[in-house]
Amino acid sequence: MNRNNRAVPLKVKAVAKRATQNENKRFVLLVTATLVVVASMLFVNSAKAAGSSVALESPIIDQGNQKSLQRGAQAFVNHCMGCHSAGYQRYSRMAQDLGLSEDDVRANLIFTTDAAGEPTKVGALMTNTMSTEYGKQAFGVVPPNLALTARSRGVDWIYTYLKSYYLDPEKTTTGVNNLVYPGTAMPHVLGDLQGWQVPVLGEEANGVTPIESLAIETPGTMSADEYADYVADITNFMAYMADPIKQTRHRIGMWVMLFLFLLLGLTYALKKEYWKDVV
Amino acid sequence: MSARNQKASNEQGSGDASSKSNPEALESSIVETVADPKRRRLLVRSAAAVGGLGGAALVLPMLGSMSPSARAKAAGAPVEADISKLTPGQMITVEWRGKPVWIVNRTEETLGRLATETAKLSDPDSLEEQQPTYTQNPVRSIKPEYLVVVGLCTHLGCSPTYRPEIAPPDLGDQWDGGFFCPCHGSKFDMAGRVYSGVPAPTNLEIPPYRYIDDATIIVGEDSGVAA
Amino acid sequence: MSAKPDNSGNGLMGWIDERFPLTKMLDEHITKYYAPKNFNFWYYFGGLAILVLIIQIVTGIFLTMNYKPDGNLAFTSVEYIMRDVNFGWLIRYMHSTGASMFFVVVYLHMFRALMYGSYKKPRELLWIFGMLIYVVLMAEAFMGYLLPWGQMSYWGAQVIISLFGAIPFGIGDALTLWLKGDYIVSDATLNRFFALHVIAVPLVLLFLVVAHILALHEVGSNNPDGIEIKKNKNADGIPKDGIPFHPYYTVKDLMGAVVFLIIFFAIVFFAPEMGGYFLEHANFIPADPLKTPDHIAPVWYFTPFYAILRAVPDKLGGVMAMGGAIVVLFFLPWIDRNPVRSIRYRSLAYKVLLFSFVVAFIILGYLGMQVPTPVGTIVARICSLIYFGFFVGLYFVSKTESTKPLPERVTH
Repeated sequence: MNRNNRAVPLKVKAVAKRATQNENKRFVLLVTATLVVVASMLFVNSAKAAGSSVALESPIIDQGNQKSLQRGAQAFVNHCMGCHSAGYQRYSRMAQDLGLSEDDVRANLIFTTDAAGEPTKVGALMTNTMSTEYGKQAFGVVPPNLALTARSRGVDWIYTYLKSYYLDPEKTTTGVNNLVYPGTAMPHVLGDLQGWQVPVLGEEANGVTPIESLAIETPGTMSADEYADYVADITNFMAYMADPIKQTRHRIGMWVMLFLFLLLGLTYALKKEYWKDVV
Repeated sequence: MSARNQKASNEQGSGDASSKSNPEALESSIVETVADPKRRRLLVRSAAAVGGLGGAALVLPMLGSMSPSARAKAAGAPVEADISKLTPGQMITVEWRGKPVWIVNRTEETLGRLATETAKLSDPDSLEEQQPTYTQNPVRSIKPEYLVVVGLCTHLGCSPTYRPEIAPPDLGDQWDGGFFCPCHGSKFDMAGRVYSGVPAPTNLEIPPYRYIDDATIIVGEDSGVAA
Repeated sequence: MSAKPDNSGNGLMGWIDERFPLTKMLDEHITKYYAPKNFNFWYYFGGLAILVLIIQIVTGIFLTMNYKPDGNLAFTSVEYIMRDVNFGWLIRYMHSTGASMFFVVVYLHMFRALMYGSYKKPRELLWIFGMLIYVVLMAEAFMGYLLPWGQMSYWGAQVIISLFGAIPFGIGDALTLWLKGDYIVSDATLNRFFALHVIAVPLVLLFLVVAHILALHEVGSNNPDGIEIKKNKNADGIPKDGIPFHPYYTVKDLMGAVVFLIIFFAIVFFAPEMGGYFLEHANFIPADPLKTPDHIAPVWYFTPFYAILRAVPDKLGGVMAMGGAIVVLFFLPWIDRNPVRSIRYRSLAYKVLLFSFVVAFIILGYLGMQVPTPVGTIVARICSLIYFGFFVGLYFVSKTESTKPLPERVTH
């Protein structure tokens, strides 16, 4: 307010002070800039880190799309849960999050029985009855729990994996192999839907013939687009299952942020008010 | 900056000219007057209120994490009981939320006795809220013959024993059939109503339940929402 | 709120004061603790470290109520917390984010000490307490990281414990066996790490934090100008450039805390994995003693030291270099022989040294997360040399450098 009253000696002092401060600020700025650059480097790197040699495709999925999640859940319990468990997730939670009634889930999505031989209860975990011994005997490995795969492997991996099966006569167990996960023990359970693919080989180099792409040899019941959508729904559902709280978390998070910014405004004003005392 | 300095010089008042404007000469970095005490008080209070609200909002999930989890709730889901094979006078026990729930098929005689000797009971009309409203009747049940009751004594949580016989030697002549708690001697009649003069303060608790059909009762859920 | 001395003998406060030095303690540490008035941005992090410590202790207590320190149940119990326990996800994410943010805050706090020479006489012991906190914090974080019992937890613990195996004369092997309590990292290891993580180490940490604060309040806070405010006291014996911690720095730190919480909760609610740096992808797979993940790296806050370890082509040498990288920091008060504290008044040579040290540290941190490559190893070696070179260079530069004249009073 009293700008015109500013005392002269202070001004001189202020200039001298500004010199050292500027120098200091430059240093701080430099360090901060470096930090920011390196940090952004790290993040770019993380995007491609979740590794496989094949370029992964990103599905267009939306956690808020309940219809897609419902279709994915249907496909998941039908095709995957014969062998795989999703035993951290509860059916009842899925019903709630996917906008289904518990009766819907009982009627359409529960195909397993519990230890007593009764149909699995809706409050139970999405486990299955395949014993680990049997799984090991049938596939050589125990089919993993898929509840968290979207977080360990990533959605792109799952999506591309499900699209990358091809016929491989060298694989005597299942007759199929996978570009994303070579040597996979899992048979192509969606083969009749997708059709059966064969590799398109590139030019031989250094004694290795690379697989350039895959082409459908025997068409399945679905067109390529239909299959891609189908697989995207499964991927979407698996992403939901890996992090079921995500939507709620984001919603609560917005309120928390709003609240904290309000509090910041207040505490800033408070600080300003008190620091008027400090000369 | 200039306003502050102005204030500082007003405060120090009598100092010489150079000390007014030269920070090097400041004797203290704090000016003891508050320009606007009202504003300051308001800010302190609103920041404390909003901050306190935030703190409370953070305490809730912490404490909330101690209430039953989805697993506990799933384990405590309503249970179905088949009562088609329950003959008159017989009792079965089902487990609901880890607690024994008794289902008794009461005989005509037993039901008849319920109306007599109500003077001996401490709450014969079930006024205490120990039952859903649809069982707040003289027989404390939906269908008169079937009593559904949580088998835990309202005194300290022991499980009473089912003693339907009349005047057995150990319980004496006055015993009309009912439930007897071996821990502290509390007595309940065949509707789970507590007798006067025993440690248990209230009648046995009736859980929410409903009939799916004539042969099946579901415990833990009534026609409204699940309890 | 604040206790006034004239209250003594009156009311509840007086009653307490006759029996317990409450007013005296509040005065000494809060209301009459005079801190320099020229604290800048870098002075928020000490208070923030206490805030994170509190967050970690509180969320930790509630996690312990549902976590099971058992090789067969640990992973599942974490998922149980994340899905079935009411708000378990929030508590767990706060704890996991808190772990990383603790190191963010502590690293910035340490960098502040480097910049403004806060370790110099008479604050050597303050610095040593701080370094001990840092080391104990690393132990705490390392043991906590085993508890989710995922693949990274498991193999990270395996690798770090194996480091002790580098100690010669058979001591190393015996020591690793003793630490693990089994021939591999197993249920026994998990259970003891749990005990240490939830009670033993936090107690030590709390004790050290108290010691750190007591030491600070004994010698008084340094400031960005690095001059002693106690040299200029007024007639009342109050430093002329000092202001009472309460209310001036309590309100300022409060504001800083809110800014911190905005960042903290933005991570908790919107990016709890932080792109795989705070929660690693492979840790969503249960621990499997028979299958090592393709690439194991420690969590980001250990990676600078991990990179130094890998840069040395010898097991014992690597472990010693890594240990040395931490130990050398303890001696900083005696390595830096220049009495001028603040970077503001020091030479260009010093600034270059400190800048290259920080850059080397960050690059090492980056390399420590990556799969080792020939180029990466060379860069890691260069950066390791810069890291140690900082201390050597500082020892000589600090004796001979020409500094700028110090101001008599702090610059605001």
